[in-house]
Amino acid sequence: MWRDAVLVAGKDLRVEVRSRVGINQVIPFAVLVLIVFAFALDSDRATLAAVGPGLFWVTVLFSGLLAIQRSFVIESDDDARDALRLSGLDGGGIFLGKAAAVAAQLVLLEVVLALGVIVLYGVQLRGAAMLLLTCVAATVGLAAAGTVYGVIAAGLRVRDTLLPLLVLPVLAPVLLAAARACEAALAGTPAEGWPWVRMLTVFATIYVTFGVVAFGPLLEEA
Amino acid sequence: MATAVRLRSAVSLLGRFPALAGVDLDVAAGEIVLVQGANGAGKTTLLRACAGLVPFTAGEAEILGQDMRKSRKAVRRRIGLLGHASFLYDDLTVADNLTFSAKAAGADAASAEEAMARLGLGGRLRDVPAGRLSAGQRRRVAVAAVVARSPELWLLDEPHAGLDAAGRDLLDGIVREAAAGGSTVLLASHEPDRAAALASRTVTMAGGQVAGGLLPEALAGLTEAPPRRGAGAGAPAGKASIVA
Amino acid sequence: MTTKSSPAVRVLGWLSAVTLALTAVMALVVTPGDVNMGDSVRLLYLHVPTAWLAMYVAFGLTTLASALYLWKRTRSRFWDLTAGASAEIGVLFLGLTLLIGSLWGRITWGVWWTWDARLTTTAVLFVLYVGYLAVRKVPASPEVQSRRAAIVAIAAFLDVPIVHYAVEWWRTLHQDASLGSPQRVLDPQITGTMAWTLLLGVVAFTLLYCWLMAHRFRLAWMEDRLADRAMQIAIEERRAEAEVAAS
Repeated sequence: MWRDAVLVAGKDLRVEVRSRVGINQVIPFAVLVLIVFAFALDSDRATLAAVGPGLFWVTVLFSGLLAIQRSFVIESDDDARDALRLSGLDGGGIFLGKAAAVAAQLVLLEVVLALGVIVLYGVQLRGAAMLLLTCVAATVGLAAAGTVYGVIAAGLRVRDTLLPLLVLPVLAPVLLAAARACEAALAGTPAEGWPWVRMLTVFATIYVTFGVVAFGPLLEEA
Repeated sequence: MATAVRLRSAVSLLGRFPALAGVDLDVAAGEIVLVQGANGAGKTTLLRACAGLVPFTAGEAEILGQDMRKSRKAVRRRIGLLGHASFLYDDLTVADNLTFSAKAAGADAASAEEAMARLGLGGRLRDVPAGRLSAGQRRRVAVAAVVARSPELWLLDEPHAGLDAAGRDLLDGIVREAAAGGSTVLLASHEPDRAAALASRTVTMAGGQVAGGLLPEALAGLTEAPPRRGAGAGAPAGKASIVA
Repeated sequence: MTTKSSPAVRVLGWLSAVTLALTAVMALVVTPGDVNMGDSVRLLYLHVPTAWLAMYVAFGLTTLASALYLWKRTRSRFWDLTAGASAEIGVLFLGLTLLIGSLWGRITWGVWWTWDARLTTTAVLFVLYVGYLAVRKVPASPEVQSRRAAIVAIAAFLDVPIVHYAVEWWRTLHQDASLGSPQRVLDPQITGTMAWTLLLGVVAFTLLYCWLMAHRFRLAWMEDRLADRAMQIAIEERRAEAEVAAS
């Protein structure tokens, strides 16, 4: 399973690097969202800095959706999952590989967005350790849950509208916890962020496990 | 001689449509069998079901010794399917695509190299992204992908379609070589002439069955009585259902 | 299965109608208004039963039925149809819950909505199961619909405690000062005739749920039978194709 995961992750990332959709489209989209939020919220510096963490994670969430959809679109559209199934790769391995590739893209996105939030919103960086931990836990959870629902919606004509409907309510707690943890870190009281990070870890563990178990059977649906 | 494919009254449903309505087929290892028939006869479904992509809903189905009704996944690494779609990643180069395909099947990068050479894909074409290839070239890559896996069972759906004359000759050579090496080849075509020359045997399909096969008893009687669920859910008694 | 429901179901229907009527009478006429909230508390007799029925009974059954459908040993169309029917009724009831709750909030202290733990969790729960119903209806083969929907149901069930936990935590950190202390106001004192009326309401809605389930399930089962019959016809036509080809 692990060997298959590495193989699939490598393949997905290679596709991403060659096609550059992430760099050319997803990241600019994310930065644009940050800018647009500033317009909508009437760009008072203090307000923006205060809502920075929340907006950061909302943007990661929506951009993450794009990355997840892309992850499944590359599997030659109509015969969406035939190629993966024919390959004989282990279901759990494919899941881990795909989720890992999505997570890697999300991490890159988060770095860019962090810069955006610091520069555009005037957020002061503090509590780096807590921030880092939050990002890791939240990203794993996002990638895992997103990949599970991605395969549920994959290959269906209504895929693009179904995925957000399914995945946003599920990821709401991640959004909540990540934003609060970041707020705590930036406010100089990182200790308050611990409970949230614990929750993120639990969420991530549940969905990674769920994914490894359920991805194979879900892929088998004709 | 070992049996590569053994089907008895095999039924396969696509949604609620019986694409295979009772197939009887025996293919021994090393045989090259041509499956012919009109459009809609069920040739593609037969190949896909043998590859484990589509489940067998009723009857017996044994591929390379594996009971397909128990587990469809087990034999996938030993099978190579050449389908209508090319299963290629458009953004990856020919070399990348083939390496991935080979490794996924448990082979190594060297087999991918050999396959590329065999199909005349070395040199300039290696590093071209699959999306930029012509249809005929994509077909060659798809064939190479199957060759790289060195499967025991080759399932080829309209393999000559889309290939130029040189490509077709190449394919014929590859198929003969595979069979000589003990692999089994099942190919579907509705252009029998060329393929018949290749095959050691021909079977014809119509209406989801192999002509001359017996209609299965499994298809008779399809409704099931639900267990009573309190008031209001009673149903007339019926016979076994295949849609469980 | 016939197109008319069995006598037992009809009795169930009448019984639920009667208890509902009784509840209405009790709620509107017999019981007193609340000390703090006045007459608006009467909405509670509608709000609480629908909430409980939806969350614990309806969605609980959906999750259980989905699990049974996925498990090889008990797999059968019966469980899949049960899960779907129960979820539909659950969404209906939960929608009602949210609506009435919102009305009540408006009357009692002037806001249509507040982001306290329970309301937020309920709203997320609602959307989760709307998503489940959407998966049941995707354009794909019936097996795909059922299988994926079942997995979504289980995932939704897993998600509810997470959401609840997260949101409750969040709200304890941010008591909404503008509403005073909503936690206390949210739970009026319920004793005496009020308690009995509430219980009656729960019973009434439980009966209503059972009656709706019986009908919805029967409908789903018949649709399924119809599709099977269509398949039988398709198989016969397929056989005929072979005969034509042979001749």
